[in-house]
Amino acid sequence: MSAGLRLLRRSALFLGLPVVLVGVWWFTSANSTNPYWPPLSNILTAFRETWLGDALVDDVVPSLARLAIGYGAALVVGVGFGLLIGSNRWLRSLLEPVLEFLRAIPPPVLVPIVILVAGIDDLMKVIVIVSGVVWPILLNTVEGVRGADEVLADTCRSYRIGGLLRLRQFVLRAASPQIMTGARQGLAIAIILMVISELKASTNGLGYRIVDLQRLFLITPMWSGVLLLGIIGVTLSLLFRLVESRVLNWYHGVRAAERISP
Amino acid sequence: MTAAVTDDRDPGPRGTGGATSPVLLGLVGLVGFALLLEAAPRLGLISAEYAPPTSRIAAALVDQAGRPAFWTALGNTLRTWLSGLGISVAAGVVLGVVIGAVPLLRAVTASTIEFLRPIPSVALVPLAVLLYGTGRNGTLLLVVYASFWQVLIQVLHGVSDVDPIARETAASYRLGPWARIRYLVWPTTLPYAVTGVRLAASVALILTVTGELVLGTPGLGGEIDVAQSSNAVPAMYALVVVTGLVGVVANLVTRTAERRVLAWHPSVRKEVPI
Repeated sequence: MSAGLRLLRRSALFLGLPVVLVGVWWFTSANSTNPYWPPLSNILTAFRETWLGDALVDDVVPSLARLAIGYGAALVVGVGFGLLIGSNRWLRSLLEPVLEFLRAIPPPVLVPIVILVAGIDDLMKVIVIVSGVVWPILLNTVEGVRGADEVLADTCRSYRIGGLLRLRQFVLRAASPQIMTGARQGLAIAIILMVISELKASTNGLGYRIVDLQRLFLITPMWSGVLLLGIIGVTLSLLFRLVESRVLNWYHGVRAAERISP
Repeated sequence: MTAAVTDDRDPGPRGTGGATSPVLLGLVGLVGFALLLEAAPRLGLISAEYAPPTSRIAAALVDQAGRPAFWTALGNTLRTWLSGLGISVAAGVVLGVVIGAVPLLRAVTASTIEFLRPIPSVALVPLAVLLYGTGRNGTLLLVVYASFWQVLIQVLHGVSDVDPIARETAASYRLGPWARIRYLVWPTTLPYAVTGVRLAASVALILTVTGELVLGTPGLGGEIDVAQSSNAVPAMYALVVVTGLVGVVANLVTRTAERRVLAWHPSVRKEVPI
């Protein structure tokens, strides 16, 4: 009985405010004649009409595909070079200032440069995403490898564990919490760059379509585009959490155990 | 938080082979990087049209430094960035402490925060254009939306990390709400808040430049756009280098501030015998 009550209370707390906020939006905008703030019901209708037809194949899928390819490539490059640089102190000292500088460049300013080098097709957009996402992943991997447990490193050496086994079971695992931190920062940047790369010199994609709607003063469909970007952001971050909780299951377990008995 | 700890233990006990100092190696790396970018276009490995040699970028940089418009743009970028950062830090800290201190408020808002936070701030670009045109407020909207969550989440974590025994002690001594915030909540929250500010500073810079590129708010982003459309490639690279330098300075300042503000924190913890 009390368990049921507790569930009821928890779901009320979880859903309460979102329901209230959406309700307030729905009712205050219901009879809105202000062209900038269309009624929520119209936005939802526009959502179906704008995005669930041809635009799904023409704009949403290409955008998400470029995001996936760019993010995946940045993960491979970032973790690969991060492992290399992180496990070699000499290389790390040599490259650290350069990497700090490259990371500090706000990725959107790379768009004009990449357009110059790679033109304006899909390749440009993927390169833009990679060139922004790779830094947080790379630098966090370096930090993670560097912070690996010394005792475990010595144990590996004593047992002559080397090569791929060492890489997989010790280095990658030790660095994985940091790598995930970098990957999470990278995901947010990837979404930003996906949209920005499509604002300049593009013929399809989410960013292109939404700004096009805004330029044509189709405000209600534009709002539905804002909604869609929001949904994509929330969905990707939920997916990321799911992956993270699986990958870092062992780590959260260790941390919880440490907290109980310090 | 772990970064601050690992930072200091670099010259580890196994520093047998490292005769050259890391600083020197770093300088070598920077010079090597510059030489590589100088040599590659000159040897014809990459086209000088796309990637001008370092010397030409440096010349363009000197050229820019002589233009008053450049300094105006830099000033505009810094102003937008700092005011956006200031607004989000103030709002994030105040709301974070209030929400974090009231358990009911925290429980009610938790799901909403989790939903709103991952909404990419570029989703607000068309709205910003409609509402503010090319004005600074449009860019500020993007900057504040992106960096506010970084601060808020960290402050919420910090407030929930208050030691239960300290909390009960404060209750026994009947500390008032202000004293409780000042002596109980704030010292625990500060390290988290500072981390939040550091993350927010770099996110805010990204969104400042984004706003300038996309919305046309005056600043370095706009200058880069002009340089690109007038095909002034070395000038474009020079301006990108400047944004990178701004980023480096921002990182250095926030990290130094973090170390100074938190100097007491780990030391206090270490003094406590367990």
